[in-house]
Amino acid sequence: MAQTAPTDRNVRQASGLAPVAWRPSWAWLGVLPFFAFIGAFLIWPAAEIVVLSFLDGRGQPTLQNVRDLGQPFIVTSYLYTIELSAVTALLGGLAGFLLAYAVTSAGMPRWIRAAVLSFAGVASNFAGIPLAFAFIATLGQLGLVTQGLRYVGISIYPTFSLYSFWGLALTYIYFQIPLMVLIMAPALDGLRREWREAAESLGASPWQYWRRVGLPILLPSLLGTMVLLFGNAFGAHATAFALTGGGSQASVVTILIGAQLSSDAFSNPGLGNALALGMIVIMALTITLYTWLQRLAERWLQR
Amino acid sequence: MRRASYWSWLWLILGSLYFALPLLATFQFSLLAKKGEIGLTAYASVFRDSGFASSFAFSFQTALATIVISALLIVPTTYWVHLRLPELRPLIEFLTLLPFVVPAVVLVFGLSRSYNRTPLTNSHGGLHLLLIAAYVVLSFPYMYRAVDTGLRAINVRALTEAAQSLGARWPTILFRVIFPNVFVALLSGAFVTFAIVMGEFTIAALLAQPAFGPYINLLSSSKVYEPSALAVVSFALTWASIGLLQWLSRGVGQNQPGGPR
Repeated sequence: MAQTAPTDRNVRQASGLAPVAWRPSWAWLGVLPFFAFIGAFLIWPAAEIVVLSFLDGRGQPTLQNVRDLGQPFIVTSYLYTIELSAVTALLGGLAGFLLAYAVTSAGMPRWIRAAVLSFAGVASNFAGIPLAFAFIATLGQLGLVTQGLRYVGISIYPTFSLYSFWGLALTYIYFQIPLMVLIMAPALDGLRREWREAAESLGASPWQYWRRVGLPILLPSLLGTMVLLFGNAFGAHATAFALTGGGSQASVVTILIGAQLSSDAFSNPGLGNALALGMIVIMALTITLYTWLQRLAERWLQR
Repeated sequence: MRRASYWSWLWLILGSLYFALPLLATFQFSLLAKKGEIGLTAYASVFRDSGFASSFAFSFQTALATIVISALLIVPTTYWVHLRLPELRPLIEFLTLLPFVVPAVVLVFGLSRSYNRTPLTNSHGGLHLLLIAAYVVLSFPYMYRAVDTGLRAINVRALTEAAQSLGARWPTILFRVIFPNVFVALLSGAFVTFAIVMGEFTIAALLAQPAFGPYINLLSSSKVYEPSALAVVSFALTWASIGLLQWLSRGVGQNQPGGPR
C-alpha cells in the first residue's frame, strides 16, 4: 500500500486530474452530515412554515391565512415594525456613518480608532434583555439620565416613555450603530487618498469632494448596510419583549409570533404560519437587496 | 500630518456619551440595592440565588455542546469543500447565511411546529436537544466564516497529501492535521457562539428551557436592582468573550458582527 500510493498519485498528478474526479459519488458523502443537519433544523422548518401558510386546518389548500394577515391589528403591527426598523436603520446608520467617519479620518490617533472599533465589536453583540435593562436604568422612570435631568428641572416623563416607539427606537439604535461602524469603517478606509488629492488639486472644497466623489462611491455600501440594519431590527425580539413585557400592547411582529407559540389563547396555527411567512418574505427581500447593493459597492471598494 | 477636524471630535464625543451612559447607569443602578449606601448587595444576592448558578450552568453546558457540534459539522465540511468540492462553495456560503434571513423567533416557531409530537418536543431532554440544534444553526454564519478564513490561510492540499504520503487515514488527517491548523480560527468562531448562546433569550424562552437569558428576564418581574447586576454580569461576559476573540483573531480576518436581539 505504502509503496503503490506514491506512484498512483504521481500518475494522477501527471494526468492533471483531481484525485477523486473519477469517483464523484464518494466525494459528496463528505458534506452529507452538514446538509442533513441544516436540512432538518433550518430548511425543513422554514419550508413547513411556507407550505402550512397555504393549508387550512384539514390540510386543504387555502389563501385564508394570508388573507387573515389583513386584520387591522396585524397590519398595524407590521407597519409599526417596518417604521421602527426603518427609523432605527436610518438614524443608527447615519450616526454610525458619522462615527466611522470620525475614527477613520486622518489625524485621529490610532488608539482611539482601535478602541472604538473593538468596542463596536463588543456592543454589536450585547444581547437583547440586558440591553433593555441598561436603558431602563438610564431612561426609565428611575433612570440615571431621567433623574439627572429632573435635578436640573427638566422632566422628560410623561412626554417621553422608554416603552413607547421612540424609547424602543433609542434602544434599538444602540445595537444598530456598532454594526454600521464595523461595516463602514473598512469602506471609508477604501476611499483612496489620491481621489481626494486629485479633487483638491482641481480646486474642490471638502463639501464638493464629498458631494461629487466620496458619497457617490460610498452610496451603495451606505445603502446596503442600512438595509442590513433594517433586517437586523426587523428580526429583533428579546429587546422589544423586555421593554414592552410582550403583553397586550405587543406591537412588534416578532412578539406576535412568539405569542402565537407560547399562548394557546388566540392560537390559530394557520395565522401563526402566515405571520412567520410574512417575516421570511420581508427578510429575504432585505438580504437580496443587500447582496445586490454590496455587489455594486465592490466595484469601487476592493477589500 | 493633518489634524482631525472638530467635527470628528464632536461625533466621537457624542457617540461615546450615548454608548457609555447606559453602561454607567446599569452599573450605578446595580450598586443601590441597600438603601442609603452604595455596595455590592445586589451582586451578593444574585450569586446566592440558586437559580443563577443552575441557569448559568445550563447555558454554559449548552454553549459548549453547541460549539462542539458546530465545529464537528463545519470543519470537515469546509475542509472537504476546499479540497474536493470547490464548486459547492457558493451553496455552502448561501446556506450558512440563511440564519440571518430566518429570525430566531421564526426559527423556533418552525422548529416547534415541525417537531410537534416527536420526542424532540414532548420530553425535557428532547427540548434541550432542539435548543442546541437551533443554536448550532445560529452559529453557522460565524463558525463557517471563521473556519473558511482559517483554511484559506493554510495549504489544505499540500497538508493532506503530506499526511497521506505518511500513511494517515481520514480521521487522522482531520483531527491531527486539519483541526490543529484551524484551531485559532475555530476559537474565534467559538467565542462569538459562546457570547450569543449565553445571552440568548428568544429561543430558550419559547422552548421553555431554564437558560440564563430567560432567568434574567424572570428575575426582573420580582426584583428591582438584581436584574441590573445580572445585566452587568452578562455584559462583562460578552466583553470577555468578544475581547478574547479580537485578541485571537488579530490578522486572521474579521467575523461578521451581530448577535441575539
